[in-house]
Amino acid sequence: MDGDIIATKWIDVCALEEIPVRGARRMKWKGLELGLFRTSAHEVYAIDNECPHKKGPLSEGIVHDTGVTCPLHNFVIDLPTGLARGADEGCVKTFAVEVKDGRVLVEVGA
Amino acid sequence: MKPRLVVIGNGMAPGRALETLFEAAPDAYEVIIFNAEPRVNYNRIMLSPVLSGEQSFDDIIIHGDGWYEEHNITLHRGARVTQIDREAKTVTSAAGITESYDKLIIATGSNPFIIPCPGHKLHGVLAYRDLDDVEKMIEFSNKENSSAVVIGGGLLGLEAAAGLRMQGMDVTVLHLMPTLMERQLDPSAGYLLEKELSSRGIKIMTKANTKEIVGTDCVEAVLLEDGTKLKADMVVMAVGIRPSVDLAKEAGLDTGRGILVSSNMQTSDPDIYSVGECVEFEGNVYGLVAPLYEQARVLGMHLAGEADHAFSHSETSTKLKVTGVDLFSAGDFAEGENREEIVFRDAARGIYKRLVLEEDRLIGAVLYGETSDGAWFFQKIKESAVIAPEERENLIFGQSFSGAAPLDPMEAVAALPDDAEICGCNGVSKGKIISAIDKEELTDIAGVRACTKASSSCGTCTGLVEKLLAWKLGDAFEANAVPTVCSCTDLSNDDVRRLIISKELKSIPAVMQELGWKTSCGCAKCRPALNYYLVSSWPGEYVDDAQSRFINERVHANIQKDGTYSVIPRMWGGMTTSNELRAIADVVDKFQIPAVKVTGGQRIDMLGVKKDDLPAVWDDLNKAGMVSGHAYAKGLRTVKTCVGTDWCRVGTQDSTGLGIKLERMMWGSWTPHKIKVGVSGCPRNCAEATCKDIGVICVDSGYELHYAGAAGMHIQGTVILAKLQTEEEVLEYSAALLQLYREQAWYLDRIYKWAERVGLEKVKEQIVDDEENRKALYARFLYSQKFAQIDPWKERASEGVSSHEFKALEPAE
Repeated sequence: MDGDIIATKWIDVCALEEIPVRGARRMKWKGLELGLFRTSAHEVYAIDNECPHKKGPLSEGIVHDTGVTCPLHNFVIDLPTGLARGADEGCVKTFAVEVKDGRVLVEVGA
Repeated sequence: MKPRLVVIGNGMAPGRALETLFEAAPDAYEVIIFNAEPRVNYNRIMLSPVLSGEQSFDDIIIHGDGWYEEHNITLHRGARVTQIDREAKTVTSAAGITESYDKLIIATGSNPFIIPCPGHKLHGVLAYRDLDDVEKMIEFSNKENSSAVVIGGGLLGLEAAAGLRMQGMDVTVLHLMPTLMERQLDPSAGYLLEKELSSRGIKIMTKANTKEIVGTDCVEAVLLEDGTKLKADMVVMAVGIRPSVDLAKEAGLDTGRGILVSSNMQTSDPDIYSVGECVEFEGNVYGLVAPLYEQARVLGMHLAGEADHAFSHSETSTKLKVTGVDLFSAGDFAEGENREEIVFRDAARGIYKRLVLEEDRLIGAVLYGETSDGAWFFQKIKESAVIAPEERENLIFGQSFSGAAPLDPMEAVAALPDDAEICGCNGVSKGKIISAIDKEELTDIAGVRACTKASSSCGTCTGLVEKLLAWKLGDAFEANAVPTVCSCTDLSNDDVRRLIISKELKSIPAVMQELGWKTSCGCAKCRPALNYYLVSSWPGEYVDDAQSRFINERVHANIQKDGTYSVIPRMWGGMTTSNELRAIADVVDKFQIPAVKVTGGQRIDMLGVKKDDLPAVWDDLNKAGMVSGHAYAKGLRTVKTCVGTDWCRVGTQDSTGLGIKLERMMWGSWTPHKIKVGVSGCPRNCAEATCKDIGVICVDSGYELHYAGAAGMHIQGTVILAKLQTEEEVLEYSAALLQLYREQAWYLDRIYKWAERVGLEKVKEQIVDDEENRKALYARFLYSQKFAQIDPWKERASEGVSSHEFKALEPAE
């Protein structure tokens, strides 16, 4: 079981430009690996970078609308909710993201 | 004595505030205005028609001299205020005019943002903010053969570009982002806009990063990061604006991005107000006229003593003021949780509409080509009105259709009048199609296409023609069994390929718009397919879209089940040297690569390489002369050979040498699926050439060229395409075969599947029987290889391509 997160904080990760449009970057933080995704509408989502199916690195998938297709077995994960789409089941943890003055901020456990 | 109201700035917002004030309380204040510009208040948003020559300055004056006289306003023209003394309650201009105030309005507006690149201070670098800028631009445009570069493909930049073009200048727009006006438009609408402006002779360069403005005293050229140099007599910087806050800041007022105000436009000093583009309210700054006028109204009423008006943030809408371009956007049209989109495209008429709903409310709209319902949609967005399910069906068709009951698709087709146009491209009406179905006894879409040309051009009416067939024939009609590319479109792969060529579509947004894609940016199935079709159709022209490639092709290595990668360098024809083997051994040690394996295609596979290590691994392999083996690609994988006449006692030809020649010719090419080749030196077939995509069996009399084999989930022996005499013929025939496959196959079909679908006879006809066609295919293949034979490892290992792929973001703790 995960320990209770007692506090969170916002960290400045990168400039929006550093994430390709309809693409993703990996982000390492205190032993965690997150995927940061930028949609064609320039929104950014952050989720655990591990597919609930067989742990595929989601940041390496193809990004379309607000979803990403896992590169290993084509699970489609909905970025805002972290839920697998369609008939597949599973979910990944999502993190709050804010884009402010061109910088990408992510809320993580302090 | 009346209280003194001093206004710093003579723009549209303070002008409107004063109008409101004079209406509500005509004689309440003695008004003094400082204007940095030497003129009266004019309609700044109409500068574009002045620039294009469609209007004159007089046409856009809001308040003429008479207005100032009528209201006894003292107007200091050309007087820039440099100081506010809040203790003494006075303001002073640069030239030393001092006025005392009881109430002060700061309406300093905004400053254009000038990119501080080298050369930004040269003569001929302009902003686009006021009439002075416009006058200078017109002056430049009067010189013969003058050219302009506009930096910034947003609202202002495009208006400037269109105006300068109408003045006869050669205009290029540089935009940093991939699509124009990305803040107001989604990529599809951005594409349509780019197409329209290009058709007017404006050159548009997206993803263009300005490095330097070149010139000694005057602007001579603009240099881009990628080395492109554009001749320019003038550069217009239109990348954005910043609230002008310096004066307020120096006076000690609270500022953020703008001057902070309360909902009645008061700054942190209750006697000082602010209005317009210099204002920040609840974190928002504004650059569009509607909210600024609303601020002005609130301020005017407040000054008149009516305090119950408050400014609140609301959605804004945008229109581009370029004659003949209809474009509207409002609200929030980003994708997101609980959001749905309704997309309507009419490629023939260049119309695109997209509505974004959240839960059951309309929150955003983008309209291109047909914007008459913009105001209606905008109203719904502002009201946050609930859209009933039955209303949703017809919402996209706008006001005139709203409320009507949704039609059953079949009834809708039946209800169309006979003269209703079904196929816009070829002008075919419903009546014409129906009578063709009757007369010619047509039963399928191909028949309708052949007889009427309906649905034979852009294909977006295919669904409608099918409905007509179904309605007319009932059960006798069997819908087209050819599968579509994916659920984002009703078109088949063949249709898409054909239309990409015939309509000269050269980007993914172009395909999606012109062919009526049903989603805004496709899916993981159609995007790689479209990217391939574009790569193969437009060699040297199409710019590959990395984000539409599967990970393996994006990072040029094979992803493994644990997220590591495998690296396989090319070993030409399966030959290697001690140097290569030593380099591989060294790389394995240096990067602690956990597994090394010999592949079935006569190469060496290093498994378990960390993604971050890939460029360094490649760099070491490059240094030993090795390049990517494309073991991850839908492209040429290996050419497996046996040792042939060099060593073998039964070999009939130099199979190894021929294999290497084939590999040297074919490597790097992108194909619909992977290609494996084998060359065997005799019919004993040690290279297993007869289960390859393309195989050569050497015989005493020459070479048998085989193809369409498979040894995967499906096992199939090859068939012989031709018996040839020389190595040159083998190269020509096999390249022609590969090119035909590249041009005709559906994405992800191996050669055998493609051959099965088009027919072995048809393939033979086009390559063996038709010499001219074969030679043309061969030439096209060699041409496209000019752009494909670049080692992707070297680009990434030592030239910095896609460096973001190999480095994780590691924020400081």
